[in-house]
Amino acid sequence: MDITFDKVSHIYQKNTPFEYKALEDVSFHISSGSYVAIIGHTGSGKSTLIQHLNGLLKPTEGKIQMGNFVLTADKKQKDIMKLRKQVGVVFQYPEHQLFEESIEKDIKFGPQNFGVEPEVINQRLPEVLKSVQLSDQLLSRSPFDLSGGQMRRVAIAGVLIMEPNLLVLDEPTAGLDPRGQKEIMDMFYRLHKEKNRTTVLVTHSMEDALQYADHVIIMDHGKLYMEGNPIEVFRQRDALQKVGLDVPEVIDFLDSFEKTFQKPIDYHGQSMDELAEVIARIVEGGHQRE
Amino acid sequence: MEPRHYIEFQDVSFQYPNSEDWALKGVSFHIKPNEWVAIIGHNGSGKSTIAKLMNGLLSPQQGTIHVQELPINQETIWDVRKKVGMVFQNPDNQFVGTTVIDDVAFGLENHGIPREDMQKRISYSLKAVNMEEYVNHEPHNLSGGQKQRVAIASVLAVEPELIILDEATAMLDPKGRNSIMNTVHQVRQDRDVSVVTITHDLNEVLFADRVIVMNEGNVWFEGTPREVFQKHDELQAIGLDTPFVTQLSRHLNKLGISLHKEPLTHKDLMDELWTLHSTR
Ligand SMILES: Nc1ncnc2c1ncn2[C@@H]1O[C@H](COP(=O)(O)OP(=O)(O)OP(=O)(O)O)[C@@H](O)[C@H]1O
Ligand SMILES: Nc1ncnc2c1ncn2[C@@H]1O[C@H](COP(=O)(O)OP(=O)(O)OP(=O)(O)O)[C@@H](O)[C@H]1O
Ligand SMILES: [Mg+2]
Ligand SMILES: [Mg+2]
Repeated sequence: MDITFDKVSHIYQKNTPFEYKALEDVSFHISSGSYVAIIGHTGSGKSTLIQHLNGLLKPTEGKIQMGNFVLTADKKQKDIMKLRKQVGVVFQYPEHQLFEESIEKDIKFGPQNFGVEPEVINQRLPEVLKSVQLSDQLLSRSPFDLSGGQMRRVAIAGVLIMEPNLLVLDEPTAGLDPRGQKEIMDMFYRLHKEKNRTTVLVTHSMEDALQYADHVIIMDHGKLYMEGNPIEVFRQRDALQKVGLDVPEVIDFLDSFEKTFQKPIDYHGQSMDELAEVIARIVEGGHQRE
Repeated sequence: MEPRHYIEFQDVSFQYPNSEDWALKGVSFHIKPNEWVAIIGHNGSGKSTIAKLMNGLLSPQQGTIHVQELPINQETIWDVRKKVGMVFQNPDNQFVGTTVIDDVAFGLENHGIPREDMQKRISYSLKAVNMEEYVNHEPHNLSGGQKQRVAIASVLAVEPELIILDEATAMLDPKGRNSIMNTVHQVRQDRDVSVVTITHDLNEVLFADRVIVMNEGNVWFEGTPREVFQKHDELQAIGLDTPFVTQLSRHLNKLGISLHKEPLTHKDLMDELWTLHSTR
């Protein structure tokens, strides 16, 4: 799904003492099939931005084009429902999207609500449970009687089962254990490729942005601050530091390696194995192979 | 005389109502006064259950829990809650005020802090988490990370003897996380306080004196961060992992660069590499 933001602003609680401009004049384009990471410090407007993608929030000013849909301040609710069928959003706090009395009902709610056949839903259920590594023995339990990471998995399952064209993930790995983080991020990526999806990921993990995204958008105080290819963006340490962000740990390490050894190692997405080899060669005093 | 243990779990088992499984199965450990302990473990391994037992939100079916050598029970529970401050996994569950400043003030009133101290503590703690500009905002309408910052400020302000942070920085970027950890570190320089951080962030574990690793409701291992991360393969087998520096060191070791000191930080590793290089 192609997405275009055209001078979008969002003001919360307009004309009240709590009025707050969370997005200001934001314009960008995401082409269908791309994997975009959105990064920015606390309160920079990331969650506000992505809640426009399924019409949960409407722009106060400006226009958003998503596929054939156009979202503006006066868009009617009825049309927005058509959009929601295609856009799955995993919210920042899983509690905000769980509400049914059992885990099974919770996961099935989305597709049921959009009229997907019960047989199809039942067929998809075991697949999504497997994707998020949730035991089917938990299905009858209340989604609130779970650990934090288990709740996160239920919330993700409830979105995957919709098979959305556009998958929007707001800090999806917060609360997951290290293996869960890796497996679930790999799973999103596999589905992204297999189903030719468009994926938008809000993340604090520069590593994930580097590993999975083909485009990053950096937000600062409600404005789009920088965008581009992840590696190129993450090389700009000073520009990132200006808006309170660090470079990914691997780039940080290679920079200090260069300072100590006076030998630059160009980062272009090498695996840890490959980096270790280059580092080992320099430490041993040999010459870096071209 | 100061008690040996600030908190002690003796053979504690806990089962949630309407659940057949035991969330904790005979768990024993202690936390010393002024100690910083990290608790890690896979999802559902029992970490948050331990936290809720520590401040008496839950009580165990078997075993005993002592805080400063007092058993937690009906009579002591209110004293325990005054001593133990906790930040929950989801901050929405703990906001009580309609504005940020009210929220922090409420906890202070509850603890009987004199008015003249309140102002000082409110501004100190909100400043420590970088939220002083948001005093008049509504806690429920803050961003995810702002909520966590305010929840942390509310607990810092009451100056509890034991601070429990249950994934309290999960929504912050690495820089924000580091700054909160440094704040806690600073608090420990200024006064006696024990700290328990429950986290999936491996770099956050490095701030702790000691780590308790949970697996399926049991204590799987206890040791320093260095001792824990030496168990690289075994950690992976129970759903965990090691930090970037540990992983890179292992790869280097395999290539014949023998690192003996188990480096944990960038600086540790760089220093060791440079020594190797210059003695070649
Ligand atoms: N309902 C609301 N009313 C008023 N202000 C709001 C509301 N929701 C969010 N804000 C403010 O808008 C700004 C942007 O919030 P948003 O949730 O988009 O940030 P974010 O980039 O997702 O941050 P985080 O990384 O902490 O999740 C914040 O300063 C926040 O306090
Ligand atoms: N309210 C509840 N009712 C029933 N079972 C529960 C409840 N809360 C947690 N459990 C179960 O108890 C076990 C331990 O949960 P706990 O919340 O302590 O895990 P955790 O280690 O904090 O996990 P996470 O990393 O996901 O937060 C899990 O199997 C969970 O499903
Ligand atoms: Mg957010
Ligand atoms: Mg937990």
